[in-house]
Amino acid sequence: MRQAGRWARMGFAALAAGLIVIAPASAQRDPAYAAARAAGKVGERVDGYLGIVGEATPALQRIVDDINIKRRAVYTRKAQENNATLEQYAVTAGCQAILRTEPGEMYQTPSGAWKERDQSPPERDPRCPG
Amino acid sequence: MMIPELTGHFRPARPPRMMRSAKSRRQGGAKGFAIRGLGAAMLMASLGACINVSAPDEPIVIELNINIRQEVIYRLAEDAANTIDENAEIF
Repeated sequence: MRQAGRWARMGFAALAAGLIVIAPASAQRDPAYAAARAAGKVGERVDGYLGIVGEATPALQRIVDDINIKRRAVYTRKAQENNATLEQYAVTAGCQAILRTEPGEMYQTPSGAWKERDQSPPERDPRCPG
Repeated sequence: MMIPELTGHFRPARPPRMMRSAKSRRQGGAKGFAIRGLGAAMLMASLGACINVSAPDEPIVIELNINIRQEVIYRLAEDAANTIDENAEIF
């Protein structure tokens, strides 16, 4: 009886440890991506994908490609669920992603130019919902 | 020796337009109208073609896209926001 209780406690502990290890990995940005984003080396494009702001390095290109492939997969699935095209869903997500940029991060304005997000609302396509 | 003879083929004499009978005027008028109508239609068609060719149709297309897309974007906005939340590691 006492033995069983100990096993149960150990099971719970293992489970909790697993959750602690797994959860942040799936919900947080990769450190390299987070750093590039904070440094303004990558930014949110109007089409819903990530872009390289300045000079493209192989390392930055890898980060951006990796993110964009994953985004595209998510957009494709969600667009299908919502009877929309991939492009329509991606642009809608782009509206939201630009809105969520934090001061210091870069985003693309409707004219295509990169702009650093400040305290004011971002310059977005007039079609983007508030 | 010359025998006076009608040699040329001339159109039969017709009264001037204003002096024709009401019936013939009506017929001629209807026919004329039809021809004029056809001419006008051809002119309009050619004008229409001219407008399509001379004015760039690109702005028209873009405007249409804007209208369609804004509606679609509004419909998808909430779902897209949830998607970003659920996939925070890639946004």
